[in-house]
Amino acid sequence: MTPKTLTLQDLLRTDFAPGGGTQEYFVNMGPQHPATHGVLRLLLKLDGETLRQVIPVLGYIHRGIEKICEHQTYRQIVHLSDRLDYLSALANNWCVTRVVERAAGIETNERIETIRTLMAELERLQSHTLWWGVFGMDLGAFTPFLHGFRDREELTQIFEDTIGARLTMNYIQPGGLLHDLHKDFAPRVRAWLKDFGTKVDEYDRMLSGNLIAQKRLVDIGALSGDEALGLGATGPVLRASGVPWDLRRVRPYGVYDQLDFVVPVGEKGDCWDRYWVRIEEMRQSLALCETLIENIPEGKTMLVKPAAKIRLPEGTFYEELETPRGIFGVHLHSRGKDMPWRFHFRSPNLHNLWCITKIAPGARVADIVAMLAGLDLIVPDMDR
Amino acid sequence: MKAAWITTALLALHSLSAARDWTQPTLAERAAEAAGRSPWESAFWIGLGLAGTLAAMTLLGLSLVYAERKIAARFQCRLGPTRVGWRGTLQTLADTFKLISKADLVPRDADRLLFFTAPWLVVSGMLLALVNIPASPLLFVVDLNIGLLFISAVGALSVLGILLGGWASNNKWSLLGSMRAGAQIISYELSLTLSLLVIVLFTGSLSLGEIVQSQQEGWWLWRGHLPAMVAFLVFVIASTAELNRTPFDLAEGESELTAGFHTEYSGLRFALFYLAEFLNMFIAAGLAATLFLGGWMPLHIAGLQTFNRVMDFIPPLVWFGLKTGGLIFVFMWLRWTFPRLRIDQLLKLEWRFLLPLSMVNLLVAALVLLLGVYGKGGPA
Repeated sequence: MTPKTLTLQDLLRTDFAPGGGTQEYFVNMGPQHPATHGVLRLLLKLDGETLRQVIPVLGYIHRGIEKICEHQTYRQIVHLSDRLDYLSALANNWCVTRVVERAAGIETNERIETIRTLMAELERLQSHTLWWGVFGMDLGAFTPFLHGFRDREELTQIFEDTIGARLTMNYIQPGGLLHDLHKDFAPRVRAWLKDFGTKVDEYDRMLSGNLIAQKRLVDIGALSGDEALGLGATGPVLRASGVPWDLRRVRPYGVYDQLDFVVPVGEKGDCWDRYWVRIEEMRQSLALCETLIENIPEGKTMLVKPAAKIRLPEGTFYEELETPRGIFGVHLHSRGKDMPWRFHFRSPNLHNLWCITKIAPGARVADIVAMLAGLDLIVPDMDR
Repeated sequence: MKAAWITTALLALHSLSAARDWTQPTLAERAAEAAGRSPWESAFWIGLGLAGTLAAMTLLGLSLVYAERKIAARFQCRLGPTRVGWRGTLQTLADTFKLISKADLVPRDADRLLFFTAPWLVVSGMLLALVNIPASPLLFVVDLNIGLLFISAVGALSVLGILLGGWASNNKWSLLGSMRAGAQIISYELSLTLSLLVIVLFTGSLSLGEIVQSQQEGWWLWRGHLPAMVAFLVFVIASTAELNRTPFDLAEGESELTAGFHTEYSGLRFALFYLAEFLNMFIAAGLAATLFLGGWMPLHIAGLQTFNRVMDFIPPLVWFGLKTGGLIFVFMWLRWTFPRLRIDQLLKLEWRFLLPLSMVNLLVAALVLLLGVYGKGGPA
């Protein structure tokens, strides 16, 4: 028996209240809407200000990246991966790199792994500062937005020095890193980390302790651990629901197994817990970066010839890692060529998005915005 | 006619001097008085009042927008406008020209008549209210004997304009925004008026001129004891809500409703909504200054003769400007610090907290008045 496919028309069929009661209506939130941060379209079924149902509609930024990947060499695919979740570009690079390295049997050295881990953690900080700013803006406070961007800018410049790009960064490559670190990298990162330690406390003073912010977040959009697991949510969203699942801890990669850090876990899984988990993650990442920057071993940064063609053996390979938004996975099917036969990304945002269908009904319009901000969605990652 | 010019010049000088004669006739009174002698002089005074109000409106709009941008910039670790004019002072003027010269867009399915009317309705409400604000003994156009009632009445025109604008745009987000504005402004109007009534109780007058005069002995904020302080706080909170400013900017709700009731407005009509928002802020701050902070009266501290004499030398217009400016800064401060409330939290705050509080406060004020413990200066 084939399951019945629901079309948008089926979902849109409104049950008007019998006897001329209140009438429900539909509003399109997006694809152009300030709260969806991109071309995400949410179809809202509203009763006054109260939400009855939310239907995410995707496909507005579908670029066919997975199909394109089938016609790219493995090195080139890395450059496409950072167009998915542009705020975790390096983590995406790393995941593609890991699957290719494992399939091709490329071994890396300690220096490469340390720098990769450091870059990933710095990017987590970069992503979370931006999230914090945008989170404030979604709650209606514009000032955090600019404070978040101010702190992110410094870090972006540090990345620019070494990598040459500011947003869609390509740095981690199969076999090593694209270049060695810039000579100013270590001192600048040290200075930034020192400065940023006080900034996280400033974030707390500015937004976390605010009565209105707390009223808007506590007990809003609670998602239980079982529901979160059932929806495939990962990352801070899952951990806020009380599931301590962090790949950095449970299946360490890079040099995470040598590092000591706490995985912050929430209790209720409401917007406040999601907020708090991310703020705590910033503190943890900060400590991790402080350790890593002092302990970069010497060594080569590229172990294969840059022009060498990478040919993978036949088979199916899967690797995953923890990006700032959750588990990013790469599923690769190779038929022995220098291009994959099928390439699939498991993006954290697509799975986190569906949490909104669970937590939003019954909430107000303003709550949806807070929930979306708490889920921290990046649209180009859902539509690939 | 010539006499009128000379009087104006003298008055202008006089308003800057430290004259202690509080009882100057308003422009309307001058016009009425002159009507018997010379209709031209009467017309002159009326014209001066009208032109002055319009000029004040424009200047206030321009300077407040600039101030807001600069203050917001300070809060957000940036510079704000710096390029046009000295330190960007002409930026708002440039923006105004840009807005005026923009294409006149009207949504196809909009209710054209209401769509065109709405912004003018909002601005005309502001204009009517502005006429009543006593900026100094000499810069006072009309002193209605029902001044406060009049201001609350014409202030309510703005909610009509917002509702019409949201409805006429034929856009669900606009409609949501304007319905929010309606619910919000009508609710907060209650505690706003109740807090005004406290001062009306103390002074026994609705005329703003008389209210200012009654504060020669001391500002109502201090002299009215606890009820006046509570009323002042309620007034500031409720007028922030009336102004649709953060944390009560649900009607615009930029991140939720794109731009709320003025989503579909652009160009000149958008500029009018924008202007009205800033004028409304000025009126709210001016009203709070007039009612609670002594209007144009200088700060006097009982017992400090020399201090009081020095304070007297500061012109009344400066006093009014300082007080109003300080309150406007508070409004801006709130805006750039707080997140936004949710609609049900907003209404809960009003109906479950502010309204009972201001009702009890009014009763307490009446008791204080009856027992006569609030000091001198009230109605005998």
